Amino acid sequence: MELIKTLPAVFEEFSEQRKKSFITALELKEKGIPFVGGFCTYLPKEIPMAMGACMVGLCSKTGETIPDAEKHLPRNLCPLIKSSYGFALTDKCPFFYFSDLIVGETTCDGKKKMYEMLAEFKPVHVMELPNRQSEMGVQLYKEEIKKFKAVLEEKFGVTITEDDIRKAIHTNNEQREALKAFYGLQKMDPPPMGGLDMHKVLDGVQFRFDIPKATEDIKALTQKVLDEYDPKKYEGRKRILITGSPIGCSTEKIVNAIENNGGVVVCYENCGGARSVDELVDETNPDVYEALAKRYINIPCSCMSPNPGRPVLMERLLEEYKIDGVIEVVLQACHTFNVESYTIKKCVTEKNIPYMFIETDYSSTDAGQVNTRVGAFMEML
Amino acid sequence: MLTLGIDCGSTTTKGALFDGEKIVKTVITATAARPKEKMQWVYDQLMNDDVKFVVSTGYGRDLLPQADKKITEITCHGKGAAFLSPGIDSVVDIGGQDCKAILLDRYNNIADFMMNDKCAAGTGRFIEMMSRILDCPIDDIDEFTEGKSPVEISSMCTVFAESEIISLLAEGIDRGDIALGVIRSICRRTSFFAQKIRSEQAVFFSGGLARFEVFRKTLEEFIGLPVRTHPQSQFAGAIGAAVIGYDMANRKK
Repeated sequence: MELIKTLPAVFEEFSEQRKKSFITALELKEKGIPFVGGFCTYLPKEIPMAMGACMVGLCSKTGETIPDAEKHLPRNLCPLIKSSYGFALTDKCPFFYFSDLIVGETTCDGKKKMYEMLAEFKPVHVMELPNRQSEMGVQLYKEEIKKFKAVLEEKFGVTITEDDIRKAIHTNNEQREALKAFYGLQKMDPPPMGGLDMHKVLDGVQFRFDIPKATEDIKALTQKVLDEYDPKKYEGRKRILITGSPIGCSTEKIVNAIENNGGVVVCYENCGGARSVDELVDETNPDVYEALAKRYINIPCSCMSPNPGRPVLMERLLEEYKIDGVIEVVLQACHTFNVESYTIKKCVTEKNIPYMFIETDYSSTDAGQVNTRVGAFMEML
Repeated sequence: MLTLGIDCGSTTTKGALFDGEKIVKTVITATAARPKEKMQWVYDQLMNDDVKFVVSTGYGRDLLPQADKKITEITCHGKGAAFLSPGIDSVVDIGGQDCKAILLDRYNNIADFMMNDKCAAGTGRFIEMMSRILDCPIDDIDEFTEGKSPVEISSMCTVFAESEIISLLAEGIDRGDIALGVIRSICRRTSFFAQKIRSEQAVFFSGGLARFEVFRKTLEEFIGLPVRTHPQSQFAGAIGAAVIGYDMANRKK
């Protein structure tokens, strides 16, 4: 593999990946490889991967298709839900377009109801995700995972063996380890990279279909970042952790505001970051379905009630990444994260770490205000 | 040595000169649609050879090329308030297009803050709208609401409140009663804000509305803590900028 000469170019490649994906998707489809589209991190991607399918992420992060979505959906709904539905409606997203099956889970209310509407014009399977991380919850999700496997087998006329699943678990665990090592670089003080660059990699990897190859690339990138470490680059910057709703393209305005005002994002405690990557699937468990159910249901998203894992993870990250300040980014009408912000604020401020809450959407109308608020927060640290 | 602070807000642009002990001079002008021009005007009015450091703040803070430092209005407001009224531990500022509450630590640095920057509800805009609909010049607000019995205004949204006021007028309700109702509705909303940041001692009230006793008194009633203001409270941002500028200039030496 030819190594790219400079850091930004490497990061750019990951981001560019999203564009290239259009063509890649078509090529893969022509080879007869099925596409399974998913939204949340609760989807056990090992199952579709075990049958050789490509898993694609469908959570949309730009405002482009929101006006289209609002023809059917209420305006005061989460922008991620509106945007995703809008892309499905308009065929503007290659992944929606090429998805042979779209899989949702019963996570937040907005998504659940949106899936019902989506099912009217797209092939949709919704997994029942319990909202409680109990023993019964694990049992239910285990059955749901088996059912999901059966749905795939029937729809695509294949047989998914436990061995196939085991292999997929191993491949994905390796990728998780690689990702953890990559974002874990930010534990260094000063950190070796900017939060926007880190985010591009974490986001971009969701659109890499050759998992072992992507893992190798992440490892190479990690080594490269280490080799090129310049302690001066981010010296004296305030170390920020971002938590809350999923962020992406349009919400990069927050990351920009942080990094333009003397901070650097060293950790993401959200869907693309530690929250979904941190835990591995237990490869020693002979029951693959149980191993998957236990691991996935344990993801500390605010749609769980109660959600004790999030403060625990948060406290660990605050320490490991030597956090100076926490910024919680909540999407408009994201009730669960909005409500849970109370608990998170308490958990953070009890450690004497300043916390700020920003509610935003995919528009740029609040860019000025966000910049002022983040600026004031940085001045306060 | 003097330092200059310029605060370009959405409604007015203010400047203050500081000599290390007191505010030597202030100017104020309407920002209108020309923040850059107005900042330049304030700068030209106040700039002289003794000025060693210039700090710009407010939403137009990036528009003054001569500024040595740009600082957000939140930090400047906190500093300015603590300068004008020593002993306070929080600031409530009702601005032209936003509203903020700031909690200070014992060094008068920002400990926490909250901001309503999403809509015009509970901001100066709300009062401007009321003044227009009720045909009551803003400057006469204190006399206009003297001894009135407030009506309940339920709309928080500026646009809906406007139609609510028009309906009340159509019912023949006294204009002063309506005005006091609007003021109480804004102060109630603002007090939730102040309570959220958990101020314990005294609150400094700034922004253009702070010069009216009716706002100070009503706010005090809702917050339940002493609410102080200052004849120069409208300049709190600019004064804070000048004060911070003085520290920075000293450190630079």
